[in-house]
Amino acid sequence: MTYLQAMSSAGLIILDPTNESIPATRQLVSRPTDVAGLTVGLLDISKPRGNVFLDRVEELLIGRGAKVLRFSKPTFTKPAPVDMRHEIAMNCNLVIEALAD
Amino acid sequence: MTSHAPKLPDGLVVVVKRDCATCQMVEPLLALIAASTNLTVYTQDDPTFPESVPAIHDSDLRVSWHHSIDTVPTLITVVNGQETDRTFGWSRADWQRLTGLDDLGEDLPVMRPGCGSMSVDPDRVDALRVAFTDTPIISRHVELSTAEDEFEAMYARGWTDGLPVIPPTPERVLRMLAGTTRAPQDVVAIAPPDLVELTVEKIAINAVMAGCLPEYLPWVIAALEAVCTDTFNMHGVLATTMPVGPVIICNGPGTRAIGMNSGINALGQGNRANNTIGRAVQLTIRNVGGGRPGEVDRATHGNPGKISFCFAEDELGSPFTSLATERGIALGQNAVTVFAGEGPRCVVDQLARTADELTNSLVACLQTVHHPKLVIGFDAILIVSPDHGRLFAQEGWTREQLITQLIERSHTPGEQLVRGARGIAEGIPPHLRDATLPKFRPGGILLTFAGGGAGLFSSIVAGWANSAIGSDPVTRVVGS
Repeated sequence: MTYLQAMSSAGLIILDPTNESIPATRQLVSRPTDVAGLTVGLLDISKPRGNVFLDRVEELLIGRGAKVLRFSKPTFTKPAPVDMRHEIAMNCNLVIEALAD
Repeated sequence: MTSHAPKLPDGLVVVVKRDCATCQMVEPLLALIAASTNLTVYTQDDPTFPESVPAIHDSDLRVSWHHSIDTVPTLITVVNGQETDRTFGWSRADWQRLTGLDDLGEDLPVMRPGCGSMSVDPDRVDALRVAFTDTPIISRHVELSTAEDEFEAMYARGWTDGLPVIPPTPERVLRMLAGTTRAPQDVVAIAPPDLVELTVEKIAINAVMAGCLPEYLPWVIAALEAVCTDTFNMHGVLATTMPVGPVIICNGPGTRAIGMNSGINALGQGNRANNTIGRAVQLTIRNVGGGRPGEVDRATHGNPGKISFCFAEDELGSPFTSLATERGIALGQNAVTVFAGEGPRCVVDQLARTADELTNSLVACLQTVHHPKLVIGFDAILIVSPDHGRLFAQEGWTREQLITQLIERSHTPGEQLVRGARGIAEGIPPHLRDATLPKFRPGGILLTFAGGGAGLFSSIVAGWANSAIGSDPVTRVVGS
Protein backbone atom coordinates (compact mmCIF):
# COMPACT_ATOMS: atom_id res chain seq x y z
CA MET A 1 0.00 0.00 0.00
CA THR A 2 1.42 3.38 -0.90
CA TYR A 3 1.51 6.25 1.49
CA LEU A 4 -1.19 8.07 -0.49
CA GLN A 5 -3.49 5.05 -0.36
CA ALA A 6 -2.86 4.67 3.35
CA MET A 7 -3.75 8.29 3.90
CA SER A 8 -7.10 7.89 2.22
CA SER A 9 -8.16 4.81 4.19
CA ALA A 10 -6.91 5.53 7.70
CA GLY A 11 -6.71 8.23 10.32
CA LEU A 12 -4.08 10.89 10.48
CA ILE A 13 -0.44 9.73 10.60
CA ILE A 14 1.82 11.80 12.82
CA LEU A 15 5.44 11.41 13.85
CA ASP A 16 6.47 10.58 17.39
CA PRO A 17 8.02 13.72 18.95
CA THR A 18 9.59 11.83 21.86
CA ASN A 19 12.93 10.06 22.21
CA GLU A 20 11.09 6.74 21.76
CA SER A 21 13.16 5.13 24.48
CA ILE A 22 11.74 2.62 26.90
CA PRO A 23 13.03 3.02 30.45
CA ALA A 24 15.02 0.06 31.73
CA THR A 25 13.41 -1.64 34.70
CA ARG A 26 15.60 -2.77 37.54
CA GLN A 27 14.63 -5.13 40.29
CA LEU A 28 14.64 -3.49 43.71
CA VAL A 29 16.93 -5.06 46.28
CA SER A 30 15.16 -6.42 49.29
CA ARG A 31 14.85 -4.04 52.22
CA PRO A 32 17.19 -4.86 55.13
CA THR A 33 15.46 -5.56 58.44
CA ASP A 34 18.35 -4.08 60.41
CA VAL A 35 21.11 -1.57 59.58
CA ALA A 36 23.55 -2.97 62.18
CA GLY A 37 26.82 -3.87 60.46
CA LEU A 38 25.82 -2.29 57.14
CA THR A 39 27.59 0.62 55.50
CA VAL A 40 25.26 3.53 54.82
CA GLY A 41 26.25 6.31 52.43
CA LEU A 42 24.88 9.77 53.17
CA LEU A 43 24.89 11.97 50.07
CA ASP A 44 24.72 15.68 50.78
CA ILE A 45 23.47 17.46 47.67
CA SER A 46 25.18 20.66 48.91
CA LYS A 47 22.12 22.73 49.68
CA PRO A 48 22.21 24.98 52.74
CA ARG A 49 21.60 23.09 56.00
CA GLY A 50 21.50 19.69 54.34
CA ASN A 51 24.55 18.85 56.48
CA VAL A 52 22.59 19.65 59.66
CA PHE A 53 19.98 17.11 58.72
CA LEU A 54 22.57 14.51 57.72
CA ASP A 55 24.60 15.00 60.93
CA ARG A 56 21.54 13.95 62.92
CA VAL A 57 20.80 11.04 60.59
CA GLU A 58 24.42 9.91 60.98
CA GLU A 59 24.10 9.96 64.78
CA LEU A 60 20.97 7.85 64.64
CA LEU A 61 22.50 5.35 62.22
CA ILE A 62 25.68 4.93 64.27
CA GLY A 63 23.49 4.44 67.33
CA ARG A 64 21.93 1.50 65.51
CA GLY A 65 25.27 -0.07 64.70
CA ALA A 66 25.70 1.12 61.11
CA LYS A 67 28.92 2.36 59.58
CA VAL A 68 28.41 5.72 57.86
CA LEU A 69 30.28 7.19 54.87
CA ARG A 70 29.63 10.82 53.90
CA PHE A 71 29.54 12.11 50.32
CA SER A 72 28.90 15.56 48.97
CA LYS A 73 27.94 16.66 45.45
CA PRO A 74 30.04 19.52 44.00
CA THR A 75 26.81 21.46 43.30
CA PHE A 76 23.16 20.77 43.98
CA THR A 77 22.27 21.99 40.47
CA LYS A 78 23.82 19.08 38.60
CA PRO A 79 23.54 15.31 38.84
CA ALA A 80 26.15 13.60 41.03
CA PRO A 81 29.33 12.85 39.04
CA VAL A 82 29.61 9.33 37.67
CA ASP A 83 32.74 8.62 39.73
CA MET A 84 30.95 9.56 42.94
CA ARG A 85 27.99 7.34 42.12
CA HIS A 86 30.39 4.50 41.40
CA GLU A 87 32.23 5.05 44.68
CA ILE A 88 28.95 4.97 46.61
CA ALA A 89 27.84 1.80 44.83
CA MET A 90 31.17 0.10 45.53
CA ASN A 91 31.45 1.03 49.21
CA CYS A 92 27.92 1.21 50.58
CA ASN A 93 25.11 -1.24 51.23
CA LEU A 94 22.56 1.58 51.47
CA VAL A 95 22.44 5.24 50.48
CA ILE A 96 20.39 8.16 51.73
CA GLU A 97 20.28 11.27 49.54
CA ALA A 98 19.49 14.41 51.46
CA LEU A 99 17.60 17.38 50.14
CA ALA A 100 17.34 20.63 52.02
CA ASP A 101 15.61 24.07 52.05
CA MET B 1 15.47 13.48 -10.00
CA THR B 2 15.70 10.84 -7.26
CA SER B 3 17.15 7.36 -7.49
CA HIS B 4 13.68 5.81 -7.91
CA ALA B 5 12.55 8.03 -10.77
CA PRO B 6 10.55 6.20 -13.44
CA LYS B 7 12.50 6.11 -16.69
CA LEU B 8 11.17 8.08 -19.61
CA PRO B 9 10.90 6.28 -22.97
CA ASP B 10 13.20 7.37 -25.79
CA GLY B 11 11.85 9.89 -28.27
CA LEU B 12 9.72 12.81 -27.29
CA VAL B 13 7.74 13.00 -24.07
CA VAL B 14 5.05 15.55 -23.37
CA VAL B 15 3.23 16.14 -20.07
CA VAL B 16 -0.18 17.82 -20.25
CA LYS B 17 -3.43 18.30 -18.37
CA ARG B 18 -6.92 19.07 -19.66
CA ASP B 19 -7.37 21.96 -17.24
CA CYS B 20 -4.87 24.10 -19.14
CA ALA B 21 -5.72 26.29 -22.12
CA THR B 22 -2.21 26.02 -23.57
CA CYS B 23 -2.35 22.20 -23.43
CA GLN B 24 -5.69 22.31 -25.25
CA MET B 25 -4.21 24.69 -27.80
CA VAL B 26 -1.33 22.33 -28.63
CA GLU B 27 -3.47 19.16 -28.60
CA PRO B 28 -3.99 19.07 -32.39
CA LEU B 29 -0.22 19.19 -32.84
CA LEU B 30 0.36 16.05 -30.79
CA ALA B 31 -1.04 13.76 -33.53
CA LEU B 32 1.24 15.45 -36.09
CA ILE B 33 4.25 14.88 -33.85
CA ALA B 34 3.24 11.27 -33.14
CA ALA B 35 3.07 10.61 -36.89
CA SER B 36 6.71 11.57 -37.36
CA THR B 37 8.42 10.41 -34.16
CA ASN B 38 8.03 8.25 -31.10
CA LEU B 39 5.84 10.41 -28.82
CA THR B 40 4.78 9.46 -25.29
CA VAL B 41 2.07 11.57 -23.71
CA TYR B 42 1.51 11.77 -19.95
CA THR B 43 -1.71 13.35 -18.79
CA GLN B 44 -2.14 14.57 -15.25
CA ASP B 45 -5.84 15.15 -14.65
CA ASP B 46 -8.13 13.58 -17.25
CA PRO B 47 -7.15 10.19 -18.73
CA THR B 48 -9.32 10.90 -21.79
CA PHE B 49 -7.23 13.96 -22.63
CA PRO B 50 -5.77 14.38 -25.19
CA GLU B 51 -8.20 12.68 -27.57
CA SER B 52 -6.03 12.76 -30.68
CA VAL B 53 -3.30 10.43 -29.35
CA PRO B 54 -3.10 7.72 -26.68
CA ALA B 55 -1.89 8.95 -23.29
CA ILE B 56 -0.60 7.48 -20.05
CA HIS B 57 -2.46 8.74 -17.01
CA ASP B 58 0.10 10.01 -14.46
CA SER B 59 -2.55 9.44 -11.83
CA ASP B 60 -0.30 9.64 -8.76
CA LEU B 61 1.90 12.28 -10.44
CA ARG B 62 4.91 10.01 -10.01
CA VAL B 63 6.35 10.83 -13.43
CA SER B 64 5.66 14.54 -13.07
CA TRP B 65 7.22 14.67 -9.59
CA HIS B 66 10.34 12.72 -10.39
CA HIS B 67 11.03 14.62 -13.60
CA SER B 68 10.50 18.03 -12.02
CA ILE B 69 7.62 19.08 -14.22
CA ASP B 70 6.75 22.58 -13.02
CA THR B 71 4.69 23.67 -16.02
CA VAL B 72 2.37 21.96 -18.49
CA PRO B 73 2.78 21.40 -21.32
CA THR B 74 6.41 20.31 -20.96
CA LEU B 75 8.07 18.73 -23.99
CA ILE B 76 11.18 16.62 -23.36
CA THR B 77 13.69 14.96 -25.68
CA VAL B 78 14.92 11.59 -24.39
CA VAL B 79 17.91 9.77 -25.87
CA ASN B 80 19.05 6.42 -24.46
CA GLY B 81 16.90 6.97 -21.38
CA GLN B 82 18.45 10.37 -20.66
CA GLU B 83 16.80 13.75 -20.98
CA THR B 84 18.73 15.90 -23.46
CA ASP B 85 16.42 18.86 -23.95
CA ARG B 86 13.13 20.32 -22.72
CA THR B 87 10.80 23.23 -23.25
CA PHE B 88 7.74 24.26 -21.31
CA GLY B 89 4.62 26.17 -22.23
CA TRP B 90 4.23 26.83 -25.93
CA SER B 91 7.20 28.33 -27.71
CA ARG B 92 6.85 27.73 -31.45
CA ALA B 93 10.57 27.90 -32.09
CA ASP B 94 11.40 25.49 -29.27
CA TRP B 95 8.70 23.00 -30.25
CA GLN B 96 9.84 23.12 -33.88
CA ARG B 97 13.44 22.55 -32.80
CA LEU B 98 12.65 19.61 -30.47
CA THR B 99 10.28 17.92 -32.93
CA GLY B 100 12.28 18.69 -36.07
CA LEU B 101 8.99 19.78 -37.71
CA ASP B 102 9.81 23.14 -39.26
CA ASP B 103 6.24 24.21 -39.90
CA LEU B 104 4.75 22.98 -36.62
CA GLY B 105 2.09 25.32 -35.23
CA GLU B 106 2.50 28.00 -37.85
CA ASP B 107 -1.09 29.09 -37.23
CA LEU B 108 -0.54 29.39 -33.45
CA PRO B 109 0.86 32.36 -31.57
CA VAL B 110 4.64 32.55 -31.27
CA MET B 111 4.51 32.00 -27.57
CA ARG B 112 1.95 31.14 -24.93
CA PRO B 113 2.85 30.44 -21.27
CA GLY B 114 1.79 27.13 -19.83
CA CYS B 115 -0.03 26.32 -16.60
CA GLY B 116 1.20 25.04 -13.26
CA SER B 117 1.86 21.33 -13.10
CA MET B 118 -0.35 19.45 -10.62
CA SER B 119 2.86 18.10 -9.07
CA VAL B 120 3.72 21.57 -7.75
CA ASP B 121 0.18 22.37 -6.60
CA PRO B 122 0.62 23.71 -3.04
CA ASP B 123 -2.21 21.43 -1.88
CA ARG B 124 -0.45 18.34 -3.21
CA VAL B 125 3.27 19.02 -3.04
CA ASP B 126 3.81 18.08 0.61
CA ALA B 127 2.09 14.71 0.22
CA LEU B 128 4.05 14.03 -2.97
CA ARG B 129 7.30 14.85 -1.17
CA VAL B 130 6.44 12.27 1.48
CA ALA B 131 5.35 9.69 -1.09
CA PHE B 132 8.27 10.00 -3.48
CA THR B 133 11.28 11.44 -1.67
CA ASP B 134 13.80 8.88 -0.47
CA THR B 135 12.40 9.83 2.88
CA PRO B 136 15.02 10.43 5.53
CA ILE B 137 12.48 10.39 8.35
CA ILE B 138 12.90 7.50 10.77
CA SER B 139 10.68 8.55 13.69
CA ARG B 140 7.92 6.19 14.68
CA HIS B 141 4.73 6.74 12.70
CA VAL B 142 1.73 7.03 14.98
CA GLU B 143 -1.56 6.35 13.23
CA LEU B 144 -4.50 7.99 14.92
CA SER B 145 -7.89 6.40 14.50
CA THR B 146 -10.39 8.24 12.35
CA ALA B 147 -12.55 8.55 15.48
CA GLU B 148 -9.81 10.33 17.41
CA ASP B 149 -9.56 14.09 17.62
CA GLU B 150 -5.88 14.63 16.80
CA PHE B 151 -5.52 17.57 19.17
CA GLU B 152 -6.99 15.62 22.08
CA ALA B 153 -4.88 12.60 21.13
CA MET B 154 -1.65 14.58 21.32
CA TYR B 155 -2.62 16.14 24.62
CA ALA B 156 -3.52 12.70 26.02
CA ARG B 157 -0.10 11.36 25.05
CA GLY B 158 1.58 14.06 27.11
CA TRP B 159 3.23 15.74 24.13
CA THR B 160 2.02 19.30 24.71
CA ASP B 161 2.79 22.23 26.97
CA GLY B 162 -0.90 22.50 27.81
CA LEU B 163 -1.74 24.46 24.68
CA PRO B 164 -2.82 22.78 21.44
CA VAL B 165 -0.01 21.76 19.09
CA ILE B 166 0.07 21.38 15.31
CA PRO B 167 -0.09 17.66 14.34
CA PRO B 168 3.42 16.72 13.10
CA THR B 169 2.44 14.89 9.94
CA PRO B 170 5.23 13.60 7.68
CA GLU B 171 4.24 16.29 5.15
CA ARG B 172 4.69 19.10 7.65
CA VAL B 173 7.91 17.66 9.09
CA LEU B 174 9.51 17.28 5.63
CA ARG B 175 8.50 20.84 4.84
CA MET B 176 10.07 21.95 8.16
CA LEU B 177 13.28 20.06 7.36
CA ALA B 178 13.59 22.13 4.19
CA GLY B 179 14.40 25.04 6.53
CA THR B 180 17.87 23.69 7.28
CA THR B 181 20.74 22.29 5.26
CA ARG B 182 21.52 19.84 8.06
CA ALA B 183 20.72 16.17 7.57
CA PRO B 184 17.73 14.89 9.56
CA GLN B 185 19.81 12.39 11.52
CA ASP B 186 22.52 14.89 12.49
CA VAL B 187 22.89 14.86 16.26
CA VAL B 188 22.65 18.44 17.49
CA ALA B 189 23.18 17.81 21.18
CA ILE B 190 22.67 15.41 24.04
CA ALA B 191 19.33 16.46 25.49
CA PRO B 192 18.87 16.56 29.23
CA PRO B 193 17.53 15.29 31.51
CA ASP B 194 17.35 11.85 29.84
CA LEU B 195 20.67 12.46 28.03
CA VAL B 196 19.45 11.23 24.67
CA GLU B 197 20.80 12.10 21.25
CA LEU B 198 18.83 15.02 19.87
CA THR B 199 18.53 14.86 16.08
CA VAL B 200 17.51 17.54 13.61
CA GLU B 201 14.49 15.37 12.76
CA LYS B 202 13.21 15.32 16.34
CA ILE B 203 13.70 19.08 16.58
CA ALA B 204 11.78 19.53 13.32
CA ILE B 205 8.88 17.46 14.66
CA ASN B 206 8.66 19.58 17.79
CA ALA B 207 9.09 22.78 15.75
CA VAL B 208 6.08 21.79 13.67
CA MET B 209 4.10 21.18 16.85
CA ALA B 210 5.14 24.59 18.21
CA GLY B 211 3.88 26.32 15.06
CA CYS B 212 7.25 27.30 13.56
CA LEU B 213 7.81 28.13 9.92
CA PRO B 214 10.73 26.28 8.24
CA GLU B 215 12.86 29.43 8.24
CA TYR B 216 12.79 29.46 12.05
CA LEU B 217 14.33 25.99 12.31
CA PRO B 218 18.01 27.08 12.32
CA TRP B 219 17.21 29.40 15.25
CA VAL B 220 15.54 26.58 17.18
CA ILE B 221 18.54 24.32 16.50
CA ALA B 222 21.02 26.98 17.66
CA ALA B 223 19.02 27.65 20.84
CA LEU B 224 18.91 23.93 21.63
CA GLU B 225 22.65 23.61 21.02
CA ALA B 226 23.09 26.41 23.53
CA VAL B 227 20.79 25.11 26.27
CA CYS B 228 22.12 21.53 26.02
CA THR B 229 25.59 22.56 27.20
CA ASP B 230 27.09 21.89 30.60
CA THR B 231 27.58 25.66 30.89
CA PHE B 232 23.87 26.41 30.58
CA ASN B 233 22.98 23.32 32.63
CA MET B 234 19.46 22.65 31.35
CA HIS B 235 19.13 19.73 33.76
CA GLY B 236 19.55 22.08 36.69
CA VAL B 237 17.32 24.74 35.13
CA LEU B 238 14.59 22.12 34.93
CA ALA B 239 15.18 20.57 38.32
CA THR B 240 15.40 23.77 40.32
CA THR B 241 12.49 24.90 42.46
CA MET B 242 13.16 28.45 41.22
CA PRO B 243 10.91 29.88 38.48
CA VAL B 244 13.43 29.97 35.62
CA GLY B 245 13.47 28.69 32.07
CA PRO B 246 15.48 29.39 28.94
CA VAL B 247 15.17 33.02 27.84
CA ILE B 248 16.34 33.37 24.24
CA ILE B 249 17.70 36.66 22.87
CA CYS B 250 18.16 36.71 19.10
CA ASN B 251 20.60 38.93 17.22
CA GLY B 252 21.55 39.58 13.63
CA PRO B 253 19.93 40.56 10.34
CA GLY B 254 18.14 37.20 10.26
CA THR B 255 15.87 38.35 13.08
CA ARG B 256 14.42 40.89 10.67
CA ALA B 257 14.36 38.45 7.76
CA ILE B 258 12.15 36.03 9.68
CA GLY B 259 10.00 38.84 11.02
CA MET B 260 10.91 38.74 14.71
CA ASN B 261 9.57 41.43 16.98
CA SER B 262 12.00 43.69 18.82
CA GLY B 263 9.56 46.57 19.13
CA ILE B 264 6.10 47.04 20.61
CA ASN B 265 5.28 44.13 22.94
CA ALA B 266 8.56 42.38 22.06
CA LEU B 267 8.32 40.15 25.14
CA GLY B 268 4.62 39.48 24.70
CA GLN B 269 2.18 37.71 22.47
CA GLY B 270 1.37 38.23 18.83
CA ASN B 271 4.57 37.52 16.91
CA ARG B 272 4.85 34.07 15.42
CA ALA B 273 8.65 33.79 15.32
CA ASN B 274 9.20 35.09 18.85
CA ASN B 275 6.59 32.81 20.35
CA THR B 276 7.12 29.61 18.40
CA ILE B 277 10.94 29.50 18.50
CA GLY B 278 10.94 29.57 22.30
CA ARG B 279 8.04 27.14 22.39
CA ALA B 280 9.82 24.70 20.08
CA VAL B 281 12.86 24.70 22.36
CA GLN B 282 10.73 23.91 25.40
CA LEU B 283 8.64 21.26 23.61
CA THR B 284 11.86 19.57 22.48
CA ILE B 285 13.24 19.53 26.02
CA ARG B 286 9.93 18.12 27.20
CA ASN B 287 9.42 15.48 24.54
CA VAL B 288 12.94 14.44 23.60
CA GLY B 289 14.84 15.35 26.75
CA GLY B 290 12.05 14.12 29.01
CA GLY B 291 11.90 17.26 31.18
CA ARG B 292 8.35 17.53 32.40
CA PRO B 293 6.80 19.56 35.23
CA GLY B 294 6.21 17.46 38.31
CA GLU B 295 8.88 15.01 37.21
CA VAL B 296 12.40 16.44 36.78
CA ASP B 297 10.95 19.96 36.59
CA ARG B 298 10.35 20.80 40.27
CA ALA B 299 9.60 24.53 40.00
CA THR B 300 7.67 25.90 42.96
CA HIS B 301 5.80 28.41 40.81
CA GLY B 302 7.40 28.37 37.39
CA ASN B 303 6.58 31.31 35.16
CA PRO B 304 4.53 31.82 31.98
CA GLY B 305 7.76 32.35 30.03
CA LYS B 306 8.46 28.64 30.40
CA ILE B 307 6.00 28.12 27.53
CA SER B 308 8.11 30.46 25.41
CA PHE B 309 10.36 33.42 26.14
CA CYS B 310 12.19 34.59 23.04
CA PHE B 311 12.70 38.02 21.51
CA ALA B 312 15.01 39.92 19.20
CA GLU B 313 17.29 42.79 20.15
CA ASP B 314 16.51 46.06 18.34
CA GLU B 315 20.03 46.43 16.98
CA LEU B 316 19.15 49.19 14.52
CA GLY B 317 17.58 51.41 17.16
CA SER B 318 20.01 50.69 19.97
CA PRO B 319 22.45 53.31 21.27
CA PHE B 320 24.69 50.42 22.36
CA THR B 321 26.68 47.72 20.62
CA SER B 322 24.64 44.53 20.42
CA LEU B 323 24.55 41.81 23.04
CA ALA B 324 25.86 39.27 20.52
CA THR B 325 28.79 41.52 19.60
CA GLU B 326 29.58 41.92 23.28
CA ARG B 327 29.61 38.14 23.53
CA GLY B 328 32.10 37.67 20.70
CA ILE B 329 29.89 37.28 17.65
CA ALA B 330 30.95 39.14 14.51
CA LEU B 331 28.72 41.97 13.38
CA GLY B 332 26.14 40.81 10.87
CA GLN B 333 26.10 37.20 12.03
CA ASN B 334 22.94 35.65 13.40
CA ALA B 335 23.17 34.39 16.95
CA VAL B 336 21.13 33.33 19.95
CA THR B 337 21.99 33.91 23.57
CA VAL B 338 20.25 31.75 26.16
CA PHE B 339 19.84 32.80 29.77
CA ALA B 340 18.18 30.96 32.64
CA GLY B 341 15.63 33.57 33.62
CA GLU B 342 12.31 34.22 35.28
CA GLY B 343 9.53 36.49 34.00
CA PRO B 344 10.23 40.14 33.20
CA ARG B 345 9.50 42.96 35.61
CA CYS B 346 9.02 46.61 34.74
CA VAL B 347 11.20 49.51 35.87
CA VAL B 348 9.18 52.73 35.86
CA ASP B 349 11.08 55.99 35.72
CA GLN B 350 9.24 58.76 33.94
CA LEU B 351 11.04 61.66 35.58
CA ALA B 352 14.76 61.02 35.00
CA ARG B 353 16.15 63.46 32.46
CA THR B 354 19.81 62.49 32.66
CA ALA B 355 21.68 59.24 32.22
CA ASP B 356 22.95 59.65 35.74
CA GLU B 357 19.45 59.87 37.27
CA LEU B 358 18.19 56.93 35.26
CA THR B 359 21.19 54.80 36.20
CA ASN B 360 20.39 55.37 39.88
CA SER B 361 16.80 54.25 39.25
CA LEU B 362 17.92 51.12 37.41
CA VAL B 363 20.32 50.23 40.22
CA ALA B 364 17.58 50.61 42.83
CA CYS B 365 15.34 48.20 40.92
CA LEU B 366 18.14 45.78 40.05
CA GLN B 367 18.92 45.51 43.76
CA THR B 368 15.60 43.68 44.21
CA VAL B 369 16.60 40.78 41.96
CA HIS B 370 15.45 37.75 43.95
CA HIS B 371 16.10 39.52 47.26
CA PRO B 372 17.53 42.95 48.12
CA LYS B 373 19.91 41.33 50.60
CA LEU B 374 21.28 38.62 48.29
CA VAL B 375 24.19 39.68 46.08
CA ILE B 376 26.56 38.39 43.40
CA GLY B 377 24.94 34.95 43.09
CA PHE B 378 22.30 35.93 40.52
CA ASP B 379 22.69 37.56 37.09
CA ALA B 380 20.04 39.60 35.29
CA ILE B 381 19.05 40.76 31.82
CA LEU B 382 18.38 44.50 31.60
CA ILE B 383 16.20 45.40 28.62
CA VAL B 384 16.41 49.14 27.97
CA SER B 385 13.55 50.67 25.97
CA PRO B 386 13.87 53.34 23.27
CA ASP B 387 12.59 56.08 25.60
CA HIS B 388 15.10 55.18 28.31
CA GLY B 389 17.81 54.47 25.77
CA ARG B 390 17.54 58.02 24.44
CA LEU B 391 18.86 59.40 27.74
CA PHE B 392 22.01 57.29 27.37
CA ALA B 393 22.32 58.13 23.66
CA GLN B 394 22.07 61.88 24.34
CA GLU B 395 25.06 61.74 26.63
CA GLY B 396 26.98 59.24 24.55
CA TRP B 397 27.03 56.48 27.16
CA THR B 398 28.44 53.21 25.87
CA ARG B 399 27.41 49.72 26.87
CA GLU B 400 30.57 49.33 28.96
CA GLN B 401 30.02 52.67 30.69
CA LEU B 402 26.44 51.86 31.69
CA ILE B 403 27.28 48.38 32.97
CA THR B 404 30.29 49.67 34.89
CA GLN B 405 28.16 52.36 36.52
CA LEU B 406 25.34 49.93 37.35
CA ILE B 407 27.71 47.56 39.13
CA GLU B 408 29.71 50.35 40.75
CA ARG B 409 26.61 52.03 42.17
CA SER B 410 25.16 48.73 43.37
CA HIS B 411 27.78 48.35 46.12
CA THR B 412 26.19 47.95 49.55
CA PRO B 413 27.81 47.74 53.01
CA GLY B 414 27.74 44.18 54.35
CA GLU B 415 26.13 45.32 57.58
CA GLN B 416 22.95 46.10 55.59
CA LEU B 417 23.03 42.73 53.81
CA VAL B 418 24.02 40.36 56.57
CA ARG B 419 21.55 37.82 57.91
CA GLY B 420 19.22 39.46 60.41
CA ALA B 421 19.93 43.03 59.30
CA ARG B 422 16.85 45.22 58.71
CA GLY B 423 14.76 42.68 60.61
CA ILE B 424 15.10 40.18 57.75
CA ALA B 425 16.53 36.72 58.41
CA GLU B 426 17.62 36.22 54.79
CA GLY B 427 20.95 37.71 53.79
CA ILE B 428 24.65 37.11 53.34
CA PRO B 429 26.73 35.09 55.84
CA PRO B 430 27.96 36.91 58.98
CA HIS B 431 31.63 36.79 57.99
CA LEU B 432 30.90 39.27 55.17
CA ARG B 433 29.54 41.93 57.52
CA ASP B 434 32.54 44.21 57.03
CA ALA B 435 32.73 43.86 53.25
CA THR B 436 31.14 46.22 50.74
CA LEU B 437 29.63 44.15 47.98
CA PRO B 438 28.23 44.79 44.49
CA LYS B 439 24.85 43.35 43.55
CA PHE B 440 26.30 41.63 40.47
CA ARG B 441 29.48 39.77 39.60
CA PRO B 442 31.51 41.07 36.62
CA GLY B 443 29.52 40.16 33.49
CA GLY B 444 26.43 39.57 35.60
CA ILE B 445 24.29 42.11 33.72
CA LEU B 446 23.24 41.22 30.17
CA LEU B 447 22.37 44.59 28.66
CA THR B 448 20.03 44.51 25.69
CA PHE B 449 17.71 46.90 23.89
CA ALA B 450 14.12 46.29 22.78
CA GLY B 451 10.61 47.64 23.09
CA GLY B 452 8.08 50.00 21.58
CA GLY B 453 8.80 53.63 20.85
CA ALA B 454 6.74 55.02 23.71
CA GLY B 455 7.16 54.31 27.40
CA LEU B 456 9.76 55.47 29.91
CA PHE B 457 10.25 51.94 31.16
CA SER B 458 12.91 49.30 31.15
CA SER B 459 12.59 45.63 31.98
CA ILE B 460 14.56 43.27 34.18
CA VAL B 461 14.73 39.49 33.88
CA ALA B 462 16.29 37.92 36.96
CA GLY B 463 18.43 34.84 36.58
CA TRP B 464 19.17 31.67 38.45
CA ALA B 465 22.19 30.60 40.49
CA ASN B 466 25.07 31.72 38.28
CA SER B 467 28.54 30.40 37.46
CA ALA B 468 29.68 26.78 37.54
CA ILE B 469 27.37 25.94 40.43
CA GLY B 470 24.32 26.88 38.35
CA SER B 471 24.02 28.31 34.87
CA ASP B 472 25.98 30.72 32.73
CA PRO B 473 24.56 32.36 29.59
CA VAL B 474 25.57 30.70 26.32
CA THR B 475 25.74 32.30 22.86
CA ARG B 476 25.70 30.30 19.64
CA VAL B 477 25.86 31.29 15.98
CA VAL B 478 22.74 30.38 14.00
CA GLY B 479 23.68 28.02 11.17
CA SER B 480 21.94 27.32 7.91
